[in-house]
Amino acid sequence: MRFTLNGAGADVAAHPMARLLDVLREDCGLTGTKEGCGEGECGACTVLVDGAPVCACLVPFAQVRGADVQTIEGLGGDHALQRAFATHGGAQCGICTPGMIMAALALGDSPSLDEIRHGLAGNLCRCTGYEAIFRSVEQA
Amino acid sequence: MRATVAPLELLEPRTLDDALAMMRDHSGEGALTPIAGATDLYVSLNSGTLKPRRFVNLWKLDALRRIEQHGDVLALGALSSYTQLIRSDIVRAHMPMLVAAAREVGGVQIQNRGTIGGNIANGSPAGDTLPVFAAAGATIVLRSAGGERRVPFAGFYTGYRATVVRPDELITWVEVPRIDGAQWFRKVGTRAAQAISKIVIAGVRAPVPRIAIGSVAATVVRLPRTEAALAAGASVADAQRVLGDEIHPIDDARSTAAYRLQVAKNLLARFWSETGA
Repeated sequence: MRFTLNGAGADVAAHPMARLLDVLREDCGLTGTKEGCGEGECGACTVLVDGAPVCACLVPFAQVRGADVQTIEGLGGDHALQRAFATHGGAQCGICTPGMIMAALALGDSPSLDEIRHGLAGNLCRCTGYEAIFRSVEQA
Repeated sequence: MRATVAPLELLEPRTLDDALAMMRDHSGEGALTPIAGATDLYVSLNSGTLKPRRFVNLWKLDALRRIEQHGDVLALGALSSYTQLIRSDIVRAHMPMLVAAAREVGGVQIQNRGTIGGNIANGSPAGDTLPVFAAAGATIVLRSAGGERRVPFAGFYTGYRATVVRPDELITWVEVPRIDGAQWFRKVGTRAAQAISKIVIAGVRAPVPRIAIGSVAATVVRLPRTEAALAAGASVADAQRVLGDEIHPIDDARSTAAYRLQVAKNLLARFWSETGA
């Protein structure tokens, strides 16, 4: 099945009902996308599908046919958000970080604090207390 | 958390007519379960409680993603996502209570995938949009290969997560008549985002007010006796007493009967004061 993955064409033979999360991690070897709750509560598996954040644990692979999928690996490691999370203490244990960054990426440039709080409301973090994450997104 | 998907079968129609033909051809043993945004269905898959084995993927049927106005009627395609509702000028103008409900479904990730057709078909008594459609007096449009029928929302549910939808039918549209009177919506859960409601309520301040409430019974319910009392000029305190006789919430994992009843009474008073002239 063909789709676009981090800007490049991909053709992956996986079960159409497989979770996008498992296809990314196991078939594509992109383990930056994390599994947390498996029920759409924690946002750890957030990726962008056609620019919109989704929980990859709740997306059937068939539903990304022809779509543009972006994962944390697509940011390359030196994206402004990644640098800001490192600099401002937005990442501690790290399990929520890829999902946080992907959800923040969808907010575009210079989101307000309200927009950040709303846009990240579907992402849970048990380390930071969120303030450092909000600060990281504001500073990115 | 992972469940094997190997035994599952997914049919992928390209058009609504294809989908309806598939529903007709497989309406007997092993009937197809439609998938829209999968935000509820894949929770069951992940937890290992998913029973159906054969599915039909509706996600690509863009014809069901339209939001249109036909005279006084607002027509919402069943695949309209919560994000679409929030961004729609038509919905914002005519159904602010639906926008309010959509904004409280899950987080942004769920709002991007979850659909009103899925919320209605899933039929959870805690479904966030269901009191809105009940208070709005919406009509559900059901389509099969054999034709179309319209079911008033009040007659759509027959019991806990049970509906009048036949195995060969799909929910295609939700039709909402013009709503006169202030609209109001509140969801009470453990936090603003993500929480499943302990109580969810929608109201329309029409001459005879229309109030619907979720998470207090096996299905979303209208409150005809409370509505009649308010229409007849009862005080809020009297209306709260009527409400207390009219609903019988239960204790469950998310809340207690006593809490739900008290909060329902409080919300009734809030609805009345916030929509008063």
